[in-house]
Amino acid sequence: MRTENQRAWFFVLPVLFLVAFNALVPMMTVVNYSVQETFGNNQFFWEGLGWFEQILRSERFQAALGRQFLFTGIILAIEIPLGIIIALSMPRKGFWVPVCLVLMALPMLIPWNVVGAMWNIFALPKIGMLGYFMNDVLGVHYDMTQDPLAAWITIIVMDVWHWTSLVVLLCYAGLVSIPDAYYQAAKIDGASPWSVFRYIQLPKMKTVLTIAILLRFMDSFNIYTEPFVLTGGGPGNSTTLLSIDLVKIALGQFDLGPAAAMSLIYFAITLLVSWVFYVVMTKDDPK
Amino acid sequence: MAEIKLSHLKHSYIPNPKSPEDYALKEIDVTWRDGGAYALLGPSGCGKSTLLNIISGLLEPSEGKILFDDTDVTALPPDRRNIAQVFQFPVIYDTMTVHDNLAFPLKNRGVDAAKIEARVSEIAEMLDVTEMLGTRAANLSPDNKQKISMGRGLVRDDVNVVMFDEPLTVIDPHLKWKLRSKLKELHQRVKATMIYVTHDQTEALTFADEVVVMQDGVVVQIGTPVELFERPQHTFVGHFIGSPGMNILPCEAQGDRAVFEGHSVSLEGAVGGSGGETALGIRPEYIQIGSEGVPATLTKIADVGRHFVIDAVVGETHLKAVSESPPPDAGSAVHLAFNPRQTRVYRDGWLATEART
Repeated sequence: MRTENQRAWFFVLPVLFLVAFNALVPMMTVVNYSVQETFGNNQFFWEGLGWFEQILRSERFQAALGRQFLFTGIILAIEIPLGIIIALSMPRKGFWVPVCLVLMALPMLIPWNVVGAMWNIFALPKIGMLGYFMNDVLGVHYDMTQDPLAAWITIIVMDVWHWTSLVVLLCYAGLVSIPDAYYQAAKIDGASPWSVFRYIQLPKMKTVLTIAILLRFMDSFNIYTEPFVLTGGGPGNSTTLLSIDLVKIALGQFDLGPAAAMSLIYFAITLLVSWVFYVVMTKDDPK
Repeated sequence: MAEIKLSHLKHSYIPNPKSPEDYALKEIDVTWRDGGAYALLGPSGCGKSTLLNIISGLLEPSEGKILFDDTDVTALPPDRRNIAQVFQFPVIYDTMTVHDNLAFPLKNRGVDAAKIEARVSEIAEMLDVTEMLGTRAANLSPDNKQKISMGRGLVRDDVNVVMFDEPLTVIDPHLKWKLRSKLKELHQRVKATMIYVTHDQTEALTFADEVVVMQDGVVVQIGTPVELFERPQHTFVGHFIGSPGMNILPCEAQGDRAVFEGHSVSLEGAVGGSGGETALGIRPEYIQIGSEGVPATLTKIADVGRHFVIDAVVGETHLKAVSESPPPDAGSAVHLAFNPRQTRVYRDGWLATEART
């Protein structure tokens, strides 16, 4: 006779509870707001999918979404290859290993708003070291408070400075786990350095690289604090990324309905793109 | 394919070695015939992998030379020595197909496509992997992966030597013998010089025409499997090869006889040298239980299938014997007859008796 021990479910309960209160319940309230209209006094009116339609059609949302994809695309295109290159050039053993690892980890230890504030002060013309150096020493016009291009360059450089280390550390972990025999075999087979990278190092880094890309995608796509502190979304709307725009709608204008609808769309896009990344990157893994 | 000569080879992992203990390899002087199958046998840490890495060029020896067909290759990197090596665990290029794995060493050397195809299909057929050529190498089972790593070595028809570094370590026991006989068969077909490193005597003895037994960085004996079994040059070889190993019994040498626990035993020949510690060496297979010889008491009988392994005690000394027929029960008092042709004296571990002619 088959007996099943149903008590195991009790062990799942605490997690279920936690997830319910920190994710499901808040999420459902957002769903609730997204289909209703309120004029205060806790009175709500059914709105259907109206807000969703309004958000998706609004040029403001489309522009913010475009900027968001541009930002994430650029930082992924820089951080992933750069991270791999740095990881490849780090020493595998000896005195410099811990030194490199600590140096690499440092930027990630700094709180996000501090990173924003640091770069703000660093980049401001006249008072910031970078701003002063560019304008008054090199004579290149650089003012991130006035010039959208300068603002974009600054937030991208800031993000690269802050987060490339994550890619480096993950890739490095993948690299050091490759047994020496692979390199020896490649030597004996007469493989070029490029072949060693292409057929040994890259495949062995694939798992960690998948994680790195997913993490960097999600984090950069949801980025808020650093650009908010650095540029506040300006000049104009030029660096208003999705989350900054969302906060403006939700807390600045207090449009709860549209903000809730936008949150859900935002969430769905993040989820969808992450899923696509994951499927593409793991499609030919051995079953 | 080439004759391999190791001339006065020494290696130390310490920059400035002084005493002999600093050396992982102490003076190796060996010549390996072109096309031979050799095994390097020894316990872990005896220096066999060091020696292998020196031959393949992954390591440069502290002293001495390596010659391939009288060409000094000591300073050449692995890719210029034209060697192949199979590692302990399968080293394959995961993302490539089996076909591309086999073709890889040839492609890197700029061999033309038609020749690559011919070689790959020939080797694939030899290894029984033809139907797997299109599969991704990552999806193979460990034994097939190991076959592919062997194949990458064999696919080049100009290799000087193919080296195996304990290649069956990760293979399931029931597949080991299959791969082992495959290797033997491959050697007969490709006629390349092969060196097989292992700590497993069965693997070494079945694969090799000649076995090099190593201990603590020293070559203790080089010989055919039969020679190693019949006339070990050192107690280590006697003990390491054979199951159970040779009996090493403390004794006193007296001319061409040895006195062991008060009993005089005749030997294969006169004992040479003087001083040092002497020991009597005899394999369990050459001790016969009967009514003649040294009196002993049987302490334990183990039926291992093909024969019986007998533990006996003579005076204070324990020894082992092997018998095809069922021996008397444990506790019985018997006599053990030592076959004189196979009874010899070792002085400080090294063989001291002369062979009878």
